[in-house]
Amino acid sequence: MKGPMSSAPNTQSIPQASASWWTRLANPTRFMALAGRLIPWLAALTLIAGAIGLYLGFSAPEDYQQGATVQIMFIHVPSAWLAMMCYSVMSISALGTLVWRHPLADVSLRAAAPIGAAFTLLALITGSLWGKPMWGTWWVWDARLTSVLILFLIYLGLMALSRAIEDPVQAAKPLAIVTLVGFVNIPIIKFSVDWWNTLHQPASVSRFGRPTLDAVFLYPLLTMAIAFTLLFFTLHLMNMRNEILARRIRVMKLKQAGN
Amino acid sequence: MGALLSREIRVALRAGSGALMGVLFFLAVVTVFPFAIGPDLNQLGRIGPAILWIGALLASLLGLDRLFAMEREDGALDALVMQPHPLMAVILVKCLAHWLVSGLPLILATPLFGIMLNVSPLGIAAVMATLAAGTPAITFIGAAAAAVASALPRGGLLIAVLTLPLVIPVLIFGITATNGALYDPDPFTAPFLILLALTLFAGVLGPLAASLMLRHSAE
Amino acid sequence: MRFEADSISVNRGLRRVVQDVSFSLGEGDALTVTGANGAGKSTLLRALCGLLPLAAGTLRLAGVGEGEDDPLIFREHLHYLGPQNAMKAALSVRENLAFWRDFSGSSGGMAIKAALNAVELPHVADLPYSYLSTGMKRRVAICRLLVSKKPVWIVDEPTSGLDSHSSELFSGLCRAHCADGGIVIAATHLPLGLGKAQTLEMKTLFTFFEGDEFFDGENA
Repeated sequence: MKGPMSSAPNTQSIPQASASWWTRLANPTRFMALAGRLIPWLAALTLIAGAIGLYLGFSAPEDYQQGATVQIMFIHVPSAWLAMMCYSVMSISALGTLVWRHPLADVSLRAAAPIGAAFTLLALITGSLWGKPMWGTWWVWDARLTSVLILFLIYLGLMALSRAIEDPVQAAKPLAIVTLVGFVNIPIIKFSVDWWNTLHQPASVSRFGRPTLDAVFLYPLLTMAIAFTLLFFTLHLMNMRNEILARRIRVMKLKQAGN
Repeated sequence: MGALLSREIRVALRAGSGALMGVLFFLAVVTVFPFAIGPDLNQLGRIGPAILWIGALLASLLGLDRLFAMEREDGALDALVMQPHPLMAVILVKCLAHWLVSGLPLILATPLFGIMLNVSPLGIAAVMATLAAGTPAITFIGAAAAAVASALPRGGLLIAVLTLPLVIPVLIFGITATNGALYDPDPFTAPFLILLALTLFAGVLGPLAASLMLRHSAE
Repeated sequence: MRFEADSISVNRGLRRVVQDVSFSLGEGDALTVTGANGAGKSTLLRALCGLLPLAAGTLRLAGVGEGEDDPLIFREHLHYLGPQNAMKAALSVRENLAFWRDFSGSSGGMAIKAALNAVELPHVADLPYSYLSTGMKRRVAICRLLVSKKPVWIVDEPTSGLDSHSSELFSGLCRAHCADGGIVIAATHLPLGLGKAQTLEMKTLFTFFEGDEFFDGENA
């Protein structure tokens, strides 16, 4: 027996080997401070880009086929793009949890999930609003809409999982694993739904070519995409700060219960 | 590994007869469909393969919640992961055993239910072939969800919520291949091969994710 | 063979449950881990088996060859008897024990009959496990350690549910295992009567990942 249990509290410190910015960021206090400084700037940039995008969007001419409804595109397409980007951010975070064991990765994953779900829902709702005048119905089982719907289900499943495990530290690994399993499956789902849709393509659904987008539509679309991306990062940082604060509160309560 | 396979099968056949429960559920699903869409045999014959596939898909999810949760409850999971076998292989064998006692009976029951739904003999054969190729994928993906849910008090529902969106491709190609066998212009071989590919892929992905989850069994 | 822990720490969720535990056990040594409820005895034992990740420190099972530094690999040389018995209710006692013997792939263990004799349950081999009483179930679970031979036993409250005679029986089995060059680590609040066993007393901790401001607002 070399030494019995030494139970002096507050002596152990988690080693911080290198001082690269990546490791330094692993310190949540530094992250909190950095994020606190960044958020106002990001928010301001989001507002500016959003204002320009909306102005360009509303001043764009009406489409000869679709009329004013084409403007829904300026919300719909960036939302759909964000729905996918957010999942990529979550998957990178999942790798961060499982491979690099970065303490903030799990916070990032959890914080991103509801934002991603919100953008996905926005894409579905705007798609539905757009579909009504275009296709004459609120919903069609179009390949794109269907894929996004499945993505929405995956987001909700992840959120259900994260809520099912009370301790955030213990939820980290299952959440990361399921996120990655979903990530590898998404291309397969997309491919399958496209296959399914080409087999069942009803003749009545008219589709307009998106690739031949005119510049008058392209610029507002790109500006809105930038605005949405900035919005995502603003919300993501804010939610990460919330998540860290929530965990600190949890620890304080646990300490209270312990002492 | 043979010891594990025979133990799994014996436990499944002896305890709650989980295999029969799946078939029973399959029968119940098949039975309620005509009440929803009417007893017209022509119509039933047309969508019969789809009903069979959905029934089998849902029935495949039953019992997955016990796959690891039971091992965790009786403490066997700890001893299972502490043996000199690769954890992925252990999980693969457990999946195989689960499929043999709960997936295979569904396929064997398909002809009977197919006749009830007025599906042609060729259609029944096609459904059986595609179910045989596709249901293992459901077990594999479900095993990953089951590993995640095994630590939770009410994980069963979560398994369905997590698994169903991910197995939509299996459903799509299972039905497509079945229809390909039945209706002339559509291909059978291509979607059937994709279905096999999906199962092989799930056979790697599912056990890999489950083993990551169970490596330190108590987290 | 030596089983060595070098200042290992283990977290459970947000809490540090085991802090800086060290020991070094050679062939024939026994270690009893004592402490109040919630002091982290079970957590420590699970970490020794690689069932919980270490937050700090190293574990080593010297002398088993490849993987002697990695609990995830060397744990195949450990027997863990946890609070649950790891037996299937639907199978008979013989089927249960035969499974663990075959699946562990280790040779040189006792025959099932001999093991059941050793815990004085010669007549239950062909009964379904679910028919047994609590104490009999525990004794069958102890047989699992006998039918497949592994050098290190890690047992968590092994005698819970056992009467004093059966507890004495188990102590005798542990002594025999040590005399055979094995190592026994037992968490218990009753003395096991292991003779020259080392003891490790655990105390309840109220620390939450100390040193990491993440979880500690005051340090921020």
